[in-house]
Amino acid sequence: MKRRHALRALTGILRREMLRTLRQRGRLLSAIIRPLVWLAIFAAGFRSVLGLSITPPYQTYVLYEVYVVPGLAAMMLLFHAMASSLAMVYDREMGSMRLLLTAPLPRWYLLAARLLASVIVSLPLVYLFLLIARYWDVRPPVLGYLAMFPALVLSGLMLGAFGLLVSSISTQMENFAGVMNFVIFPTFFASTALYPIWRLAEAGPVLAMIAAWNPFSSAVELIRFALYLRFDPVSALVVLACLVGFFLAAVVGYDPGRGLWSRRGGEG
Amino acid sequence: MKALSLEGLGHSFGQRRVLEAVSFSVAEGRMCILLGRNGAGKTTLFSLVTGLYHARSGQIDVFGHSMRADPAAALAQMGVVFQQQTLDLDLTAAENLRYHGALHGLAAGICETRLREELERLEVLDRCDEPVRSLSGGQRRRVEIARALMHRPRILLLDEPTTGLDVPGRRAIEQHVRALCRERGIAVLWATHFLEEVSADDDLVVLHKGRLRWAGGAGRVAADLAVASMADAFDVLTEAA
Repeated sequence: MKRRHALRALTGILRREMLRTLRQRGRLLSAIIRPLVWLAIFAAGFRSVLGLSITPPYQTYVLYEVYVVPGLAAMMLLFHAMASSLAMVYDREMGSMRLLLTAPLPRWYLLAARLLASVIVSLPLVYLFLLIARYWDVRPPVLGYLAMFPALVLSGLMLGAFGLLVSSISTQMENFAGVMNFVIFPTFFASTALYPIWRLAEAGPVLAMIAAWNPFSSAVELIRFALYLRFDPVSALVVLACLVGFFLAAVVGYDPGRGLWSRRGGEG
Repeated sequence: MKALSLEGLGHSFGQRRVLEAVSFSVAEGRMCILLGRNGAGKTTLFSLVTGLYHARSGQIDVFGHSMRADPAAALAQMGVVFQQQTLDLDLTAAENLRYHGALHGLAAGICETRLREELERLEVLDRCDEPVRSLSGGQRRRVEIARALMHRPRILLLDEPTTGLDVPGRRAIEQHVRALCRERGIAVLWATHFLEEVSADDDLVVLHKGRLRWAGGAGRVAADLAVASMADAFDVLTEAA
């Protein structure tokens, strides 16, 4: 693999991803409105019901809106990853995925480039959301926005790699819709995005255990800590390990010799 | 040198055998028609040749590069037009071609020159800044052929490229591809189930139920099988077995 060729391909994939994202206004709009609805309606309603004790990384009592914002940022990444994964399944059923896979570059590289491009285009929206959230008095330290960048990238990659894996094993769109329901909602609700672990433990130890083991929780905490200028090494390790695991499994799924395609075909 | 060579190619999906010991080759600069009814295994053969997945058995070489051992070198020689339409409908024709150019490592300047050249040759340059969605089926096909030529491949593979087009659209595509073969010396593998797309000068490969039924000059097939016409020959080849 020549470095210049690889770089040009990455740039091309990124440019395509940006153009596609910008032209899908509806998706763009719903991606920013979704977390705002959660923040403006759900969080406002819960504010009075849900008392929060001091939970790291916060050094004082915080409003529920403040607690929930990093979780909502992670939710944006999760939805984006799943939408991008759906686009991959769509591309594959429609055939345009073949164009990517017939490029004269190693397949793992093409998949990684696609993954990275997808994460990069999702980040401006997350920052836009965080900016708007300041209106609800969610005002983390300014440096926190910078510090959370690597946390967002790493979390986005991990969730995107999971989406890639799902797309490699679901051969039909119909299956995929089911997978979305079974993946997105449990992942989101059984995590620390909306409630801290100790709150979940009060509801039930099983739920708390699931949330503790849920890699999405690690992504949320990694982002939360980074936003308040702290580093959560355990979450970082979990996210990194999951990224590597999901990506390697996805590469196997797309492998010309071992993947599902070679066994099922999918086209005449 | 052979542009494409298939040796004992076999594949199955689960228990279902879709290709059985298929061997043939496409000579450099020649037009080769891969003829077969629906379900003959043409698309599977294309998937294997383009490296989408590996064959269970057999060997594929593109200008001497093994598809299994060195897929990147083989793919670099290959331009592909898939049966399904593979353009991004929300992107313009030019943007689609730029994306392809980038995937093949073309520098931006070369990319721009070539995309104009190819779109002009296929007579779609005037529509290059419109979203692909607004183009007709025939125009989209021509954009796809232009795209497949961006990286100057030495062999062009087309999987039923005229399906869904009207008669003038089909003719236009066929003429363009024949001109490419003649003028630029590009080898062509053209899969189809339309007998009328075969010309007597072409090389012909007939595939039926995953097996190779005939390979040779298209002009010879009727005489070899002692029948009156190419249509009769095709019937004979796809009825038995």
